[in-house]
Amino acid sequence: MTALEALYRDVVLEHNRRPRNFRRMAAPCGCTDGVNPLCGDRLMVCLRLDGETIAEASFEGSGCAIAVASASMMTEAVAGRTRTQALALADAVSGMLRERSGDLLDGDLAALAAVSAYPSRVKCATLAWEALRAGLTSGATRVSTEDEGAPQDTWAQANESARNGH
Amino acid sequence: MSAYPAETASVLDVDALRAEFPILHQQINGRPLVYLDNAASAQRPACVIDAIADYYRHDHANVHRGVHTLSDRATRAFESARETVARFLNATSTREVIWTRGTTEAINLVAQSFARPRLQAGDEILISTMEHHANIVPWQMVTEQTGARLRVVPIHRSGELDMDAFERLLGERTRLVALSHVSNSLGTINPAARLVNLAHERGIPVLFDGAQAGPHLPIDVQALGCDFYAFSGHKLFGPTGIGVLWGRESLLEAMPPWHGGGEMIRTVTFEKSTWNDLPFKFEAGTPNIAGAVGLGRALEWFMAQDREALAAHEDTLLARCTEVIEALPGLRIIGTAEDKVSVVSFVADDVHAHDLGTILDHQGVAIRTGHHCTMPLLEWYGVPATARASMAFYNTHEEIEILGQALERALAMFRD
Repeated sequence: MTALEALYRDVVLEHNRRPRNFRRMAAPCGCTDGVNPLCGDRLMVCLRLDGETIAEASFEGSGCAIAVASASMMTEAVAGRTRTQALALADAVSGMLRERSGDLLDGDLAALAAVSAYPSRVKCATLAWEALRAGLTSGATRVSTEDEGAPQDTWAQANESARNGH
Repeated sequence: MSAYPAETASVLDVDALRAEFPILHQQINGRPLVYLDNAASAQRPACVIDAIADYYRHDHANVHRGVHTLSDRATRAFESARETVARFLNATSTREVIWTRGTTEAINLVAQSFARPRLQAGDEILISTMEHHANIVPWQMVTEQTGARLRVVPIHRSGELDMDAFERLLGERTRLVALSHVSNSLGTINPAARLVNLAHERGIPVLFDGAQAGPHLPIDVQALGCDFYAFSGHKLFGPTGIGVLWGRESLLEAMPPWHGGGEMIRTVTFEKSTWNDLPFKFEAGTPNIAGAVGLGRALEWFMAQDREALAAHEDTLLARCTEVIEALPGLRIIGTAEDKVSVVSFVADDVHAHDLGTILDHQGVAIRTGHHCTMPLLEWYGVPATARASMAFYNTHEEIEILGQALERALAMFRD
């Protein structure tokens, strides 16, 4: 397998072609935009939690094949996991991508390991995961790969203004 | 199309030219490098690399005011590079040639030293939709500082400036027109002399961002009639970190210095300092001497070439590259102006530009993907990113075919 075939494994191309849970969620607990202003990618990750458990994860938006496939895999991988387990998985993905020493993951996610050889593409693969992390921790409605300095709305504020009809 | 008369174009020995650029002769990912990212930064011939090394090996000392031999040599090399730039631009005097770090710094200099003291609340600076961030942000900063307004000349879908809108937008309050001579994302060549005439009829000065023009077009600031012209060394086969602001002497004379420090002063007391003459008034601190020497050598090399033949060759590369990309299903060219330099931006229906870029790199082909520092322009076109192939005279037709094959392979990978 060449490095290129490893990066664009069939499973990655397939997730990109037919992304899972690629839809608008009817009644999410919150949504977080993951944006990479440098390449124009924008993936909105929505979650519905049942207590501490992620009942449902979906995403929409546009990005490169690596970003879309990673987001698609993520929505499948985190459904049914608790908040803590999902954050641990986000750490594991990040570790696998940023420090090549990280443990390889099971299932489709293992196919993302090859991205670690492409430093300029790591941010693509982590985009949806960073949105997930922000949503689960601070409840931010937007997270950027670049430090944008501006204060971010939270899920609570967004839900509040939705209730007030804004 | 080239601004040189076509009938004088002769056949170019591209292999001989390529032999002068050491970096081109290497393998990337097991394939011969096909360098098609010249609009981001061009490569330099060996003589430029040698000139920089020789300068540091034999002649370096700080410039001006030194009484020893090396300082004298460094000063002569530095100032002779300035004379080369003046010749390259057909400037009337080296007093009009100011060294900067590049186009960006040159535009910031004009924004802060020329525009800022003159701008009143309600005054206007005119730019266009196709500008590079370097010709947007400095004006945003100065309009914020002064209460002036930034007005934007729209473009047509082809990537050509809307000339009617340009004329309409030239108003009572317009204090400066700042436009790219050539668009980095689209390749469009703007009708520079006509733009200057229209602005000057209303007494409005004109700055050109010439970063993309120099490698492809003859630059004659007197014929253009503009008031400021900015360009970067690294796009003109010279080093990074060096560039030039050319300005009309009468305007530069009236402008206050921008940066303060050594070199730009005549006398300093704790109460008051007096400024040095042009061009030194705008060159605070020890300059990028080696950069200037390298750029001077690059321009000498470039001016010694048959530039009409280089431009004619680039035009054939542009025509073939356009054909190859148009022939591939699912690809669409962004920027189809009649008058273009050898830059082809394109998007694929189903493949993100970054994926194209990575896959092409695996086949040795270097293109740029992203917003090319023209976010507002791509937003106007409704695309988040484009892939851009930008050719220099040292590119070959064979390389364009390799690009076509590499693109075909990339598209096939993503096909269902």
